Amino acid sequence: MRSDSRAPLGLTLGAAAGLLFLHVPILLIFLYAFTTEERTYQFPPPGLTLKWFAVAWNRADIWPPLYLSLQVAAISTALALVLGTLVAAAMSRAKFFGRDRISLLILLPIALPGIITGMSLRSAFDVMGIPFSTWTIVLGHATFCIVIVFNNAVARFRRLSGSIVEASLDLGANGFQTFRHVILPNLGSALLAGGMLAFALSFDEVIVTTFTAGQQSTLPIWMLNELVRPRQRPVTNVVAIVVFVTTFVPVLAAYYLTRGGSETAGGGK
Amino acid sequence: MGLRPVTLPERGPGDRLTSLFWRRPNLLLVLLLAPPLLWLGVVYLGSLAALLLQSFFSIDEFSGLVVHEFTLKTYLELLRPSNFDILLRTVGMAVAVTLGCAVIAFPIAHYAARYARGQWKAAFYLGVMLPLWSSYLVKVYAWKLILSKEGIVTWATDAAGASAVLNAVLALPVIGGNSLSTSYIGTWIVFVYVWLPYMILPMQAALERVPASMLEASADLGATRAQTFRTVILPLALPGVIAGSIFTFSLTLGDYIIPQIIGSSRLFIGQAVYTLQGTAGNIPLAAAFAVVPIAVMLAYLAVARRMGAFDAL
Repeated sequence: MRSDSRAPLGLTLGAAAGLLFLHVPILLIFLYAFTTEERTYQFPPPGLTLKWFAVAWNRADIWPPLYLSLQVAAISTALALVLGTLVAAAMSRAKFFGRDRISLLILLPIALPGIITGMSLRSAFDVMGIPFSTWTIVLGHATFCIVIVFNNAVARFRRLSGSIVEASLDLGANGFQTFRHVILPNLGSALLAGGMLAFALSFDEVIVTTFTAGQQSTLPIWMLNELVRPRQRPVTNVVAIVVFVTTFVPVLAAYYLTRGGSETAGGGK
Repeated sequence: MGLRPVTLPERGPGDRLTSLFWRRPNLLLVLLLAPPLLWLGVVYLGSLAALLLQSFFSIDEFSGLVVHEFTLKTYLELLRPSNFDILLRTVGMAVAVTLGCAVIAFPIAHYAARYARGQWKAAFYLGVMLPLWSSYLVKVYAWKLILSKEGIVTWATDAAGASAVLNAVLALPVIGGNSLSTSYIGTWIVFVYVWLPYMILPMQAALERVPASMLEASADLGATRAQTFRTVILPLALPGVIAGSIFTFSLTLGDYIIPQIIGSSRLFIGQAVYTLQGTAGNIPLAAAFAVVPIAVMLAYLAVARRMGAFDAL
């Protein structure tokens, strides 16, 4: 049993170093939001201040991208919830012809690099003469959010025992009543978790969006522009914290909602 | 005494539809599948088809307008030395990033799969899952802060009296540069950082399936830790490594933000696609560039399928 009792020291150190590598960089974003240095990324910061939060709050160019990002994420999540749940319901029912093809099709938008999804949509808009708008952004986002909702919903559908649905039908409920009173309450937390992950993914997405947004800016596109041509660097950090928290909170919530089941949310992106 | 029907009478359209779906389960299946498949079929597959179509068009060199005629001219342009270098550079980086991710991911995945229990197991899961989901752009930005000339890496090497080492690394030909944030080394570090969780999760899943009894048997038969690792753990974990490498490889091939923010000014496939479709207005060549990662990934997936990587996904 020597091999199973305690980890070799080298392995423990390697694992700890790897986890530090994953987490320390993000903490630095928080530190730099308080620095007094505006033009460089000097370390250690020469002084600490809270003023950048006020400056960011008063910057008029930050609010429209924030609203647009929230709007796009909300609409895309709603669309993905409907489409993802429908396909999960169908896929969990029975084996049918082309089932594997359909899972591949759902997976493809996140399995292929974002630039391909983006460039494909861009080509299609060009071929069909569709002008860029908020809806062209939504079109892209909803497409890659479907798989997130699907993953969460299909796992729950599989766990949902068929006998309670049969019991409901035996007791005289029709299919719609069964859906409303039996299936939906059982599916609820999985859909909530999937929806939150989809929201986080859409709110933060930048690669596909740069191809489908035209002249509009979502918050990540605003950030990207600031990275390429920085103005007040700490303000970018404040916005980075906002983006980080807006994605972090739903993801953590999704984890706690589905924890303990066989289908903990967030295992795949 | 007349027989009564054993089923309840239908009370409304809901009941009638339920009976219909009960008699014809395939009708329900079609109705469930139609909206999502229409969406994915039209929006996604339609777009991919448009991409392929565009890549067979060409651009008129004098007018700068797209010529809507079938031609392979645009693909031939990919073979021009300046363009072909972009392809080689990107594929080379994808290979290097995948190897880096595999090396760093292994201790974390192995520890989490074999030694972490209870609370620690959950902590490891969150510790990998949260960086996976946290904002991509924020992560890239964090490394801009770290790697810049006046940033924390320079400060730390100075404080440790190791600035000569950093300068020696930066003086290396090709992969070095003015500072870490303008060199290939910097690009590589950030790629490894951002895609690392994609490697850890499937690797951990594969390692969890290695039976502890096999490791005990290996130890009982007198193998050293290194021998057990090489002859038992590694072959059994390989499908997980390959599954993870599908993500690290594919994501590196298609990324254009990281090399744009951190790296030398030499282009990667993603940047070429982005510039060509935007300012240059050469959508056919941009589309042809975008087809390359698809082709590389299809070949890669075919090899991975043979090596059993899909069982570990």
